[in-house]
Amino acid sequence: MSLQVENLRVHYQTLQGNVQALEGVTFNIADGEIMGLAGESGCGKTTLGYSLIHLTLPKKFIGGCVTLDSQLLPIWDAEKMQAYRFKKVSIIPQYAMSAMNPTRKIGRMTLELLESRGIRFNDILPEFKRRLELVKLPQDVLNMYPIELSGGMKQRVVMVLSTLLNPSLLIADEVTSALDVSTQQAVAEMLVEFREREFVKSMIVITHDISILYQIADSILVMYAGRPAEKASTSVIINSPLHPYTRLLISSLPKSGVKYSNQRLSGIPGNPPLLLDPPTGCRFKDRCPAAFAKCSQEPPFIEVKQGHQVACWKESGKHA
Amino acid sequence: MLKIDNLSKIYRVGTFGGQELHAVDQVSFEVEDRQIVSLIGESGSGKSTIGKMILGLIPKSSGSISFNGTETSSLKNSALKEYYRKVQGVFQDPFSSYNPIFKADRVFKLIREEFFPSVEACEWDEKVENALKAVGLNPENVLNKFPHQLSGGQLQRLLMARALLLDIKFLVADEVISMLDASTRIDVLNLLADLKSRGLSILFITHDLCLGYYISDQSVILYKGHIMEKGTTEKIYSNPLHPYTRMLMASVPRLDKKWEPADVKWKDEQPKHKGGCAYAERCPFVFDKCRERPLLVEITKGHSVACWRRSEIR
Repeated sequence: MSLQVENLRVHYQTLQGNVQALEGVTFNIADGEIMGLAGESGCGKTTLGYSLIHLTLPKKFIGGCVTLDSQLLPIWDAEKMQAYRFKKVSIIPQYAMSAMNPTRKIGRMTLELLESRGIRFNDILPEFKRRLELVKLPQDVLNMYPIELSGGMKQRVVMVLSTLLNPSLLIADEVTSALDVSTQQAVAEMLVEFREREFVKSMIVITHDISILYQIADSILVMYAGRPAEKASTSVIINSPLHPYTRLLISSLPKSGVKYSNQRLSGIPGNPPLLLDPPTGCRFKDRCPAAFAKCSQEPPFIEVKQGHQVACWKESGKHA
Repeated sequence: MLKIDNLSKIYRVGTFGGQELHAVDQVSFEVEDRQIVSLIGESGSGKSTIGKMILGLIPKSSGSISFNGTETSSLKNSALKEYYRKVQGVFQDPFSSYNPIFKADRVFKLIREEFFPSVEACEWDEKVENALKAVGLNPENVLNKFPHQLSGGQLQRLLMARALLLDIKFLVADEVISMLDASTRIDVLNLLADLKSRGLSILFITHDLCLGYYISDQSVILYKGHIMEKGTTEKIYSNPLHPYTRMLMASVPRLDKKWEPADVKWKDEQPKHKGGCAYAERCPFVFDKCRERPLLVEITKGHSVACWRRSEIR
């Protein structure tokens, strides 16, 4: 197991009280696994990604433990995490295109970044150049300012930079969202290639676009309102999901070849609950077509089949 | 209903406006009564520019936009107001379409002041209520609320209700669902389909091919301001002829098919020839003739493509 997250709880501190953004998130990622993290906006997927690398105010660590390569990650202590960040855990942020310092040439910026971590730039330079070549960037970019690059090129530079020290865990937050479809495919496939070449051991790909995950992810964790709803291999989540939320979510996606006049799709009525004062029990019960009395208690996130975890009373009842 | 003929938009760019940027280049298509036409393209293809020119938000450089036979750019004062009674737009970001200081239903009040000053208050309230119901909203839940108290889907539907109050005939829907969550976007999409059955024509601007297929009768594929391919949606999707359309179809992430191993990876852009085919810079089938601009040629009835190698690529 590369990454184990157990019962992670992170709240946002606000003047009105604590927003329970993550409540009891539990999952494992195996070595070499690309896990997709999917869900609607506000379900806590980005919060989860950032909590694993940079947990700062207003985010507040409440409880849980995170183990990477059998080492406990001190995610509650931003200072101690410094030793792991970039070396063990790395991130490609959502704003990758504006992540670079506009006043430095890319080569110089990389030098400063590496030396601030106590690594000699010249030791890394040949590998850096090799990887730039791998993503089809000319070596001239080292002497260029970020403004001289196109959006897709900046994205690639940031991807190479983030993975330069071969981290164990890479968090890719909505890396394909702002790109055109053709660039999207190339970036997504590059993520897979980084894994094949063992630049990164395992990966969490955060996106709202499940069809991208179908192309590249080995497994998918679906979150709803700060809680995990279902985790299984990609094909199981797409073709035979168990949680009612996953089912409705998958069936609401227009597939190519579906026209409203032949097959009218429907959305999920209602809105996700506010997490400032979330409902007790299952957080999906108000929108769930299959809700019954037991849903007023919180369903456990348990394994119903090999590698398939669900948080739903209907399913856990069947297999208990 | 709406006819666009040789429409162009040229921006002056560069230090002293010395260079020209052809955002939209000689585009022609038609939207007939009760038809949904989707305008599909990547960023920078000029799809939103066309929508804005139809709505008169930016002036066109050349060509014509005629609505029921009248040229729209010459409309002034009362004639222009009549035009806006029939043609309205809804845009991508529902959150920035509202003034956050005022309640969201102020948009209805503004419509009444501007277009229906003589309508009685109780009659108007009923009209608003009907429009809200038509877009699937419960009036109690959305009236008298501030924009931040409503969800993106609700705000987007309020804007459509606002458009419906005017008895419109033509709606420009510019990326209306790209900001919405998967669980609500399909409801807004279905709403557009319902509006069509009420007699509306819709120009649906999108970058998402699956959504375009789900809803539209006709499709227009744009690349850098040029039309690459246009025709009935079924024909384009079942038999894409232009290399660009094929590349798009192949690289769209789908739930029923994995990607083919890509050959489009970071292709070096070839030098562009001014006045030539816009896609020549990325096209794998490029040859000498592509320095001239290919014209749209009808291949079968209701399916045209602009490519010199159209007969070879099958």
